[in-house]
Amino acid sequence: MRIAQKAGAALLTFLPAAAGFTQDNAATRPTFSSGYRFVEMTGEELFANVCQGCHMPDAAGAAGAGAYPSLIANRNLATSSYAVHLVVNGRRGMPAFGDMMTDGQVAAVVNYLRTHFGNSYTDAVTAKEVREARR
Amino acid sequence: MQSEAAVIRRRDLFSLIGAMAGSAAMYHAMTSLGFASESTYKGPLRLEGDPKGASVLVLGAGLAGMTAALELRKAGYKVQVLEFNNRAGGRNWTLRGGDTFVELGGQRQTCEFDRGLYLNPGPWRIPYHHRALLDYCRRLGVALEPFIQLNHNAYLHASRAFGGEPQKIRAIKADFQGQVSELLAKATQQGKLDEAVSKEDQEILLQALRSWGALDSDYRYNANLVSAEFRGYAREPGGGLSPEPLPSDPVTLSDLLRSRVWRYLQNFARYSFQTTMFQPVGGMDMIGKAFAKEVGDLIRYNAKVTQIQQNDRGVTVSYVDTTSPSTVLHAQADWCICTIPLSILSQIPVDVGSRMQAAIDAVSYAGAVKVGLQFKRRFWEEDEAIYGGITYTDLPIRQIAYPNDGFNRAGRGVLLGAYLFEGANAYEFTAMAPTQRIANAVEFGSMIHPQYKREFENGVAVAWHRVPFTLGCSGEWTDEGRAKHYKHLCQIDGRIVLAGEHASDLPAWQEGAILSSLDAIGRLHERVVKT
Repeated sequence: MRIAQKAGAALLTFLPAAAGFTQDNAATRPTFSSGYRFVEMTGEELFANVCQGCHMPDAAGAAGAGAYPSLIANRNLATSSYAVHLVVNGRRGMPAFGDMMTDGQVAAVVNYLRTHFGNSYTDAVTAKEVREARR
Repeated sequence: MQSEAAVIRRRDLFSLIGAMAGSAAMYHAMTSLGFASESTYKGPLRLEGDPKGASVLVLGAGLAGMTAALELRKAGYKVQVLEFNNRAGGRNWTLRGGDTFVELGGQRQTCEFDRGLYLNPGPWRIPYHHRALLDYCRRLGVALEPFIQLNHNAYLHASRAFGGEPQKIRAIKADFQGQVSELLAKATQQGKLDEAVSKEDQEILLQALRSWGALDSDYRYNANLVSAEFRGYAREPGGGLSPEPLPSDPVTLSDLLRSRVWRYLQNFARYSFQTTMFQPVGGMDMIGKAFAKEVGDLIRYNAKVTQIQQNDRGVTVSYVDTTSPSTVLHAQADWCICTIPLSILSQIPVDVGSRMQAAIDAVSYAGAVKVGLQFKRRFWEEDEAIYGGITYTDLPIRQIAYPNDGFNRAGRGVLLGAYLFEGANAYEFTAMAPTQRIANAVEFGSMIHPQYKREFENGVAVAWHRVPFTLGCSGEWTDEGRAKHYKHLCQIDGRIVLAGEHASDLPAWQEGAILSSLDAIGRLHERVVKT
């Protein structure tokens, strides 16, 4: 609902430094965030715990009544600012993650996508560029 | 799919006290602003005037679409409905034993629940003030039973407080009231409220605090049989020569505050969750099925809309049959009511003006996950006397909800083992395979109910971003987005009008879908009879 997005800021003031839940389950050890914001820090981990929910583990996307685009060899990733903008602000079916990820997290996941799944763009995005994209 | 205090909203301790203590004052203030007034539902729709054979194409056979189909046919329109799924109802949906569900990405689940047991993956409760939905339930013969939102004997759980032990809602609620009352009584007696409260009112305030907060004769909240009658006993009252009852020890104010479990209390105070709440007997989809009984003959199933065109003479919708998608089919009508979720509609070429298109593109869809778990026995009832209601926790599962039917019955039962709405955990659970979601729900749930490990049998997990017919749970409006786009989304654009929970001020509620539909067809009908 409408108020959900503001929750992040409020929550952070209440909880101790975001320690995620980890489990002893031997088969898989997923990370769970304790609040509104993600605790995953690396691009790989962010992709596996967030992006692949829609774009799928192989980044090939999926289609039903509507579709999630494939990120494999995706030319829209050529311009890093476009990817940064989408992750921060969302568009259409894509949720806005600006409130749920730090500048560094957004940069990490964009850089991961742009260097994996058949994408090989070498100009890395910096947290500073993400900060500027938020304005 | 309604949002709750799984995450903290802009509500602090004092607004919570306000919600619990000052409800009369709050109600007065809200009524003067128009927020707490009765539903905008004005009773069964009366569409007066002759549509003169006009035709309407309804896109989507969820509650919004079927409401439109039912009412417009009754008013004399020629109606046809296109639906993507092979069933009616949309998000009004129930999974039972034998049902299969294939999520985006292709993973197939077959529900293995026992006969009579079910999971409502989408909406699961109906507030008493959702008058339109309740009216349709009555008119369509859908039997209702209570949905228990507040069970004093369910738990509030904070993984880092009280040694990880879940606390009875009864005890936390009583202790919060008691501790706050003691504090306020102390301030009153020390003259600290003299400027705000008259001497005469201070006397009444003290009486009220003692009554409401279970304070003793010295206005203290202590372990005694008065507070025990609120928070529960260490030894319950018995009969005959059994030992006399013993009071239980209240939690200290500091422990209570630091535990943060107080944040869940608003789930029992907010208008959306106040008693009485309802659920359809046998599963939420009883509503969709009852609608389909009325309008099912109008519905074309397996129809995936690919384009929506209009000109000054009518509307043409292109679609494919999902069982043979190579042939493009067309449906035509004078008017179109489109209830397709915006997550999907934003990907379909639609002939609408730029302002409506911008509105369609502006709304993202909430993440939400529900996991249903079947157990060999109803241990929550047998061992813990929890009959219905919800346990709230800060674990990633956020909630455990107990079935509100079949009370005290022997045999198997199904719990809602996780319910995530928005926030990081909803995405993290969505990103897992269904089996992994279920395994994690069992793992975390066993921290509250140790019986889980021994009694668990099977489960089913629905992550709404992976649901092929919605690509998300519900329209996620921001305040800014709503201010900028909402009116443009709801306007009639030529011959097309949108409806659904996304076109309402009750997003994610079935009532929002129906009220949106009634409003849209009312305006459309007005236009039709005028032309």
